[in-house]
Amino acid sequence: MMELRAENICKSFDGQQVLDHVSFTAGPGITCIMGPSGRGKTTLIRMFLGLEVPDSGRVVGAEGLRWSAVFQEDRLLTSLTAAGNLRFVLGRNYDSRQAGALLEELGLGDVGDKRVRDFSGGMCRRLALARALLSPFDALALDEPLAGLDPENRRRALECIRRNAQGRPVLLVTHDEADQAFLQAAAVWI
Amino acid sequence: MKKAGAIRPWAVAVWLLVWQGGSMALEAAYPHGGLLLASPLAAAARLMELLPTAVFWQTVGRSAGHILAGFFLSCLLAVAAAALCARFRRMGELLSPLVAAAKAVPVVSFIILALVWLDTKHLSLFISALMVFPPIYLNVAEGIAQTDRGLLEMARVFRVPFSRQLRDIYLPSVLPYFRTAMSLALGLCWKSGAAAEVIGLPDGTIGERLYTAKVYFQTPDLFAWTAVIVAVAVVFEKVMLRAVDALVRRWGG
Repeated sequence: MMELRAENICKSFDGQQVLDHVSFTAGPGITCIMGPSGRGKTTLIRMFLGLEVPDSGRVVGAEGLRWSAVFQEDRLLTSLTAAGNLRFVLGRNYDSRQAGALLEELGLGDVGDKRVRDFSGGMCRRLALARALLSPFDALALDEPLAGLDPENRRRALECIRRNAQGRPVLLVTHDEADQAFLQAAAVWI
Repeated sequence: MKKAGAIRPWAVAVWLLVWQGGSMALEAAYPHGGLLLASPLAAAARLMELLPTAVFWQTVGRSAGHILAGFFLSCLLAVAAAALCARFRRMGELLSPLVAAAKAVPVVSFIILALVWLDTKHLSLFISALMVFPPIYLNVAEGIAQTDRGLLEMARVFRVPFSRQLRDIYLPSVLPYFRTAMSLALGLCWKSGAAAEVIGLPDGTIGERLYTAKVYFQTPDLFAWTAVIVAVAVVFEKVMLRAVDALVRRWGG
């Protein structure tokens, strides 16, 4: 059974401790990582993605996995269209029908050919989520993927996350306990 | 809004009139005053005489061939060096003194040194390449350094192949810097290349014609050949920048 573990992780930036002996286990399915701002949730996610190294402690089970992610920032290629951004990560695996269906579900049905630089913040967020869900993955890291979304789009996005998780480990950073309740997900407070 | 520093036809006309007036004044003041400053009309007439001759086009072709070969060769080397330096920090550190020297040392010192080392016919190629390298290298290196780290991290997490990262992340970041460098380098290559030809006097080049014009006090020739250098440089700059602009529109961020 696929399991992700944080073991006694500490991390400081410029003398400021952001993670202080954090430990948890995330099994298959969705695990919400919750806590106030500035508590190192993003840093923790970045450690699982292999983008950050703990000062002490370790992450277990993340290495060798094919990760997909929504980052804290959208990290979209603004000169490309929505479809271009999906093609950028998917390459030959890009399936316009599958992509169109997911974009439609996320309320982006008619913007596939529009340039991302013309998108609103909420549209960018949903496109970043679509990119993460369409990319093949063993584990998914979602850093506040619902930030800036209205209640209707939030609900749609949560539905998509739940359906696409399919028993694989998903680490979801959120501030909202309602998201955790909606997803019936495990919660880790840091 | 009108571009600051844009050249207006009326301003050009005023300066041509000043030039014509100056030439006429010298002609009136001294017996051979016209030799000191040929009039724009005399220069234009000489240019019209030169234009239909095969020798004129062979001369322009020879000079342009060498100077542009130096330009393109240097562009390739500078882009490759910038890419390697982005990958290997020590290489950038190693190149820094050379680039600083190429920027700081007067071009004439390089020309005289190159005259000792090289055949004169390769002089303008070498000098234009040398002058073009620093701006292209430094700007492309800056463009690579300014590439969005967040996008590169994203590409790494999604395991995007390097060729796609190059096309969709690096290229849009570097192209605006490359365009700025091209604009600067294109002016430099013609100025330094022509200077090298005037000093090295390779046979059948614009530089040699300029020198001959000076030796024999053929000032209409001097202005006519200078106008040719300016015209070729402007045309080439426009063509190259238009090509780079098309790339920026296609891939620009």
